Amino acid sequence: MNAAAETDVVEVVELGDLGFDGGAHIVLNHHVRRLQTGSLVEVRGTHPDLRPQLRAWCTTNGHRWTDGRFAVGAYNWSRWSGAEPAGAADAVVARAPGHWGLALRGVWVEAGGPSPRFALDTRDEIWSDDASRLYERALAGQWDPAVAIPWHAPLPADPDVEAAVVQTMTFLVENEEAALVVPARFLGQVHPHFAEVQHVLAVQVADEARHAHVFARRARLAQASPALSGAGGRASLQTLLDEPDFATASFLLSVLGEGTFLSLLAFVERFAPDECTRAITRLARADEARHVAFGLSHLERHCLIDPALRHRLATAIEHRYEALRSTSGLNDAVFDALVVLAAGCIEPGAIARGWRAVQELQRDMTDGRIARLGRLGFPADQAQRLATLHTRNFM
Amino acid sequence: MNDQPFVLGAVAYAPKVVTIWEGFRDWFASEGFAFDVVLYSNYERQVDDLMAGRIDVAWNSPLAWVRARRLAAAAGRTVSAPVMRDTDQDLTSVVVVVGDSDLASIGDLAGGRVAVGAIDSPQSRLIPLGHLAAAGLDLGRSVEVVGFDVMVGKHGDHVGGERDAVAALLDGEVNAACIIGANQLAFAQEGMIKPGAVRILTETAPYDHCVFTVVDDAVDATTVERFSDLLLSMSFDDPAVRGLLEMEGLREWRPGRTSGFDQLERAVDLLGLYDERGRIVDPNYRP
Repeated sequence: MNAAAETDVVEVVELGDLGFDGGAHIVLNHHVRRLQTGSLVEVRGTHPDLRPQLRAWCTTNGHRWTDGRFAVGAYNWSRWSGAEPAGAADAVVARAPGHWGLALRGVWVEAGGPSPRFALDTRDEIWSDDASRLYERALAGQWDPAVAIPWHAPLPADPDVEAAVVQTMTFLVENEEAALVVPARFLGQVHPHFAEVQHVLAVQVADEARHAHVFARRARLAQASPALSGAGGRASLQTLLDEPDFATASFLLSVLGEGTFLSLLAFVERFAPDECTRAITRLARADEARHVAFGLSHLERHCLIDPALRHRLATAIEHRYEALRSTSGLNDAVFDALVVLAAGCIEPGAIARGWRAVQELQRDMTDGRIARLGRLGFPADQAQRLATLHTRNFM
Repeated sequence: MNDQPFVLGAVAYAPKVVTIWEGFRDWFASEGFAFDVVLYSNYERQVDDLMAGRIDVAWNSPLAWVRARRLAAAAGRTVSAPVMRDTDQDLTSVVVVVGDSDLASIGDLAGGRVAVGAIDSPQSRLIPLGHLAAAGLDLGRSVEVVGFDVMVGKHGDHVGGERDAVAALLDGEVNAACIIGANQLAFAQEGMIKPGAVRILTETAPYDHCVFTVVDDAVDATTVERFSDLLLSMSFDDPAVRGLLEMEGLREWRPGRTSGFDQLERAVDLLGLYDERGRIVDPNYRP
């Protein structure tokens, strides 16, 4: 700002009985912000300490004090010098610079701050126009396990069926843990410029924490004997945890893994032997559907912009298949538990029905994967082949 | 570039001092001026080292300036103050009482208790007590002076002593407290002083605060001039230094002046902290 002559009073500020122990500086700053450097301000008021307090305030804030008046200091606008807008509020940039840091999109960023590194700072890598809508849906869909789940509903009388529930829940918990850890690891790498994506991932992590919690609680309800966590299942999940690339991890976890889980959770809900199991699988499934939708949405966009991504994703499935070829895949105990759940008891005729239901579940899972791969632009024959290479562990 | 780094002494009264001077050191280097910093735990050792030539310039409190000047004069030498902060010029201290106190003048403090900061604080002890004495108050006889010694040796740079003095006032343990004017505002802003809870009984005359200090016969005048010019060229508009200037509490560096230390010189004599040769003579002062 240009300097004004320090002779004439250009502004008179009436403070009444307000002192600096009650916020007088807020009123003064309001006036000062509109004035040029050197503008003379006269301050009037009846607070007994006004004069010495005004003097101290002027000295501390770079204004020149002279006997109840002060000339506005030269540094009124310094914070705006070199400041730049952090993009526009309603549009994301192709790549967000580190020095915009944690600032809200569209605000002015004072120069000279830190320049943190966010590895996921590129629009084409992470953005989805759907993110905002999915986040709002997620907020509206949050549920409280204390009120949404009938924890006191009767449990299955048949100990074999209860054991099948416990085994299934044990399996679900470790899968939910993987689905929590993977987005949590990327969450801190997303540049805050892409806040909507950050928020979707954050709520996804919170969803998975709740799922792991309710499945564990269900597993312990009847205090049945502990179930088994299979080494093959954990090896399969480990490949998700080890995946360093956001697009690939998101593809394997959300599109293929959680996509497959939509079928699994629908299956458990359908054959649930008690109301509690039915409720938690129904509610978890609604959350998972959102996670799948976000994964599909940002990868669909990404594939359109960068068709070579499809090749990377296909290779990721193949690599994972090779890595897991020597492992057992799905824990036998989990497969058997699903059969018993569908059978409702271990009577041979019922088991035969249960067996057929699980076969049908697996076909349903494969069909779902083919459809989702198709949505990402994979040709039908490739989608068919890749869908069958997915881990036998479901997630 | 100067061959040997120009070495500054600064007292580390808070962790931010490291950040500030590391930052300035880098900035000086970027300007082609070799510069280094030695941090001290107290001003007395810093001044001793300045006089002994172990540092080239001291970032001195006003009290450290007074001692350096006296030590130099006793040795037939002179000291100069090339640069200071804008926020170090024309400060005042205030003696505050509780808002509903019936004390109306300095004389009314007779028979009462007055809280001050650290024994070596110019703004919270030496200058305001000198002000009260000049107004006729018989310190130690008609009024009891209650000291709050926080970080002695740091010449009151740490705000703790003043904070304790105000707390004692608000708790009703003393009748008045001596603080620098800006801290009345700071304590109000942080909520320690509620609106109207204290009022100013009296204000000192203006005085100056910190100054860079050099011993004239110990440094190369050209190097001091370069150091000063670089400081004076720093702009609050420059984001590269704005954060450092803010931490150091200034908007701009100004040419130094030594006209603002008379009150403090008189108070040091009155309260017997140093003798005229700069020796520490107050037995209660142990930095």
